[in-house]
Amino acid sequence: MIRPLDSASSSPLHFFGYFLDHRSEDLGWLWDHTWLSVVPVVVGLALALPLGWLARRYQWIYPPMMSITGLLYTIPSIALFVLIPPVLGMDPLNPLQVPIALSLYSTALLVRVVADGLGAVSEETVQAATALGYRPVGRFFRVELPIAVPVITAGLRVAIVANVSIVAVAGTIGMDNLGRLFDQGFTLSVSQPYYPPIVLGIVLCVLLALVLDLLVVLVSRMLTPWRRAVPS
Amino acid sequence: MIRFDHATKSYPGGTVAVDDLQLEAPTGQITVLVGPSGCGKTTSLRMINRMIEPTSGKVWLDDTDTASMPAHELRRQIGYVIQHAGLFPHRTIVDNVATVPFLLGTDKKQARARSMELLERVGLDPAFAKRYPAQLSGGQQQRVGVARALAADPPVMLMDEPFSAVDPVVRDQLQDEFLRLQSDLGKTIVFVTHDIDEAIKLGDQVAVLRVGGTLAQLATPRELLSRPVDAFVAGFVGRDRGYRALGFTQSGSLRTHEEPTVTLGDPLPSGSDRDWVLVVDAAGAPQGWLHLGDQPRGAVVEDRMLYRGGTLATQGGTLRAALDACLSSPSGRGVVVDEAGRLIGTVTAREVLDLIESQGTPS
Repeated sequence: MIRPLDSASSSPLHFFGYFLDHRSEDLGWLWDHTWLSVVPVVVGLALALPLGWLARRYQWIYPPMMSITGLLYTIPSIALFVLIPPVLGMDPLNPLQVPIALSLYSTALLVRVVADGLGAVSEETVQAATALGYRPVGRFFRVELPIAVPVITAGLRVAIVANVSIVAVAGTIGMDNLGRLFDQGFTLSVSQPYYPPIVLGIVLCVLLALVLDLLVVLVSRMLTPWRRAVPS
Repeated sequence: MIRFDHATKSYPGGTVAVDDLQLEAPTGQITVLVGPSGCGKTTSLRMINRMIEPTSGKVWLDDTDTASMPAHELRRQIGYVIQHAGLFPHRTIVDNVATVPFLLGTDKKQARARSMELLERVGLDPAFAKRYPAQLSGGQQQRVGVARALAADPPVMLMDEPFSAVDPVVRDQLQDEFLRLQSDLGKTIVFVTHDIDEAIKLGDQVAVLRVGGTLAQLATPRELLSRPVDAFVAGFVGRDRGYRALGFTQSGSLRTHEEPTVTLGDPLPSGSDRDWVLVVDAAGAPQGWLHLGDQPRGAVVEDRMLYRGGTLATQGGTLRAALDACLSSPSGRGVVVDEAGRLIGTVTAREVLDLIESQGTPS
């Protein structure tokens, strides 16, 4: 559904005017885009934690798990979006197909990050924790995971920014998010190129990625006061 | 008391790390496990808190079979110190120390208050409490490691080469402080090291293990030096055994000779019949020897003229220190001082040797 143009200007710099003319629709897409970028990373992290732990705990699992998750990441996103409904027996237009696909990508990316983050915890620290009387679960959440936070949050930054980009692809198959702006720009460029919605889409995606990235950095800093302790 | 009861640890493929170990670590004493790498000393230590489970045999903690309780509960009753301290990098020093009390559910405030006391006890400024491990030197981290092991006041402490990663000066200092701490606390300690000198310095008893995980000899340090049971132990204990054994014998009251002295800043003595004259400071503490023949006439005794190679023996110290003072003195006269470091007099090597002979062979 494309609205008639309220503005005649097709200059790329006119994206702000385009935004003002379609504000409520664009803000709605921005919100959709935000949760579609964030929720799958949270789900992915929740899945990657046990998988990454397994890959660390049982060394033989690590290589095949890394191969599988690496291969998963090479499946083009558009193909995954289209494949998920028939595979899971969902309606082809079920809006959940996008977050499910993105959760898979995030998991694939984060399993390695979690495994490597846990692997970076020194053997002495783990031994000491065990010898002092931590049980495995307590040791994982109170010692190993907190120490792995810097590595894991570095991975989260990549995952969340990658998601902002992949979500836009789903806009081209009609899912509501900032990707719809590219679709609009394409549709409106019939006789001559019409840039404002395309530039607006790019600007909003970049801003969203920057804000989400900043949030991850802030949370990471909050969780790791010890990393700022300067050796004296 | 910790008792190894035919404890054996073997691995699939036939490697035997510890072979039928029978050993008792008495309550309130330091038992040192020492031996070359591959002798199973660390494996033995880790069988006590079940970081490694014995393949056969048992380890007893007083009258309790250590295998009869959950491993984490056992470990919370046993302090553990390792080589690089193994502190938690993400926790402040005070919270590192309070780890076990937190695990045991002690009130946080109370646990931290106790940690602060312990930090002071191991010789750390309370200002370190809020810092993180990365901000401390190796020696300081090791002190925190000891404090952490002591936090829940466990009756037993296991120490796995705790002082071997710090430089020799700090190591010596940590060892001395450790002995002082132990004389207050009287913990049952099992201490692993590859350094025989450390074993002899710290151990109430020393267990020498040989490659393959068998016990070669269990003895007091003194006995180990004087009566190694076989060539392996003798070789491992090393050279200078006779001399080092003297470190375990008190010299008693040495009969000293009066030694003429000259004070720093005074003119050179004239008409002395001796080549070497002892120089003291204004407080009467020996500073070094002065060779009279080398000095210009009418000169004043200055710091740079002194020969400082001689060691000092303290009255009531060991025979080793007394003999060393004689052997290291250019005049052949060993300098004996009182507790405050003031000169008492000198002895000769001959006199110290007579004293050693009169006391018979050390054993």
